[in-house]
Amino acid sequence: MSQETVTFTLDGVKVKATKGQTIMEAADAAGIYIPRLCWHKDLPSGGNCRICTVMVNGRPAGSCLFPVEDGIVVENNTKQLKDHRCQVVEMHFIEGNHYCPSCEASGECELQALGYYTQMLTPTSPYLRPKYEVDASHPDVYIDRDRCILCGRCIRASEFLDGKCVFSFEGRGIHKRISVNAEHNLGETNMEASDRAATICPTGALMIKRTGYRIPVGKRRFDIHPIGWDIEKKKKSG
Amino acid sequence: MAKPLIATQHLTSCFGCHMSILDIDDRILKLAKMVDFDRSPINDIKEFTWPVDIGIIEGGVSNDEHVEILKDFRKNCKVLIGIGSCAVANSVPSMRNTVPLKECLEEAYLNGPTIVDGGIIPNDEDIPILLDKVYPLHEVVKIDYFLPGCPPSADTIWNALVALLTGKELEFPYELIKYD
Ligand code: SF4
Ligand code: FES
Repeated sequence: MSQETVTFTLDGVKVKATKGQTIMEAADAAGIYIPRLCWHKDLPSGGNCRICTVMVNGRPAGSCLFPVEDGIVVENNTKQLKDHRCQVVEMHFIEGNHYCPSCEASGECELQALGYYTQMLTPTSPYLRPKYEVDASHPDVYIDRDRCILCGRCIRASEFLDGKCVFSFEGRGIHKRISVNAEHNLGETNMEASDRAATICPTGALMIKRTGYRIPVGKRRFDIHPIGWDIEKKKKSG
Repeated sequence: MAKPLIATQHLTSCFGCHMSILDIDDRILKLAKMVDFDRSPINDIKEFTWPVDIGIIEGGVSNDEHVEILKDFRKNCKVLIGIGSCAVANSVPSMRNTVPLKECLEEAYLNGPTIVDGGIIPNDEDIPILLDKVYPLHEVVKIDYFLPGCPPSADTIWNALVALLTGKELEFPYELIKYD
């Protein structure tokens, strides 16, 4: 099957891509990292977080969904977009309750890593300090909604990778929560620790019990290398 | 020319950030040549002798006394730096923020597992009054620079101080800015 090649411009550089790819997929292949949170390589794009927003011909578009087209002009690494991303990261930090120093996901958390990536020293807006419920009813997996950024990865993973339908959203706007498809709690669902959904959360909101703090500080995923380093490495090594 | 003056203070914290300041090891000798310390727990000076150039605060704001101290620092420091996650972000002290203060006090002093024969919630006029929440510094006064970390490493603190004292931009390599 022959694949149609298209060429587009990404931050002033000509990039070749295959028709049907999203801008993010094409950028990844070219070794250019576009920040993302709700996207996961094994899942269909959700388009929930908008961190991956780029400018396409001068208009904002989610790069994890927008397909490449011949001749489009895409901006990614601009001051405006960097500020936008830092703002989105800040909003996640103030809308949840993220206690990084004591969190099991610290060092492995993609939200925290994006804080480092966007050079956020601290969120500058006041914290909202909302009240969220912890669901520890399941013997092996727990939900700490303080840390949930509503990316929907667990929902998609449960549906598309596990063939279950354990998670869903409830509520709207600031009242939106991750919830489970059961009368009361996670313990009543057919969730198992071996489900892909159990390890797909970008933060520490959905965690397998008794596995925290195993990796020493200094050796965790984002201790040494920034998020996106693996993608950018491709470009550097040619 | 007189050396620049530094003042430091801890609020609700574990003193770990001050330990991290001391952790600059022998660079402390260089620091002593570059600056003088005014009000600080390191020399036990409890009031400002004069206004200072750099104020460094560790810890979150959790009672009325902290608010006064912090305002005093803002008034007396040309540049005010928050160091450590408790001072600049959500951290261990702020974990009480999603529980009403009354419930926290009742759990600690009336219903906790180590309470024998009832108990009382301390209410002496000399004890600072707890705020409804624990706040990061910048929700109370303007803060000029933030150094996150639990604690920020000695290298992070050293880099920041040297940059400020030599009039350079604060820039950090990736490994030096961490929230934990
Ligand atoms: S629990 Fe985790 S994976 Fe699920 S929506 Fe929240 S942040 Fe995303
Ligand atoms: S990664 Fe594209 S919207 Fe979240």
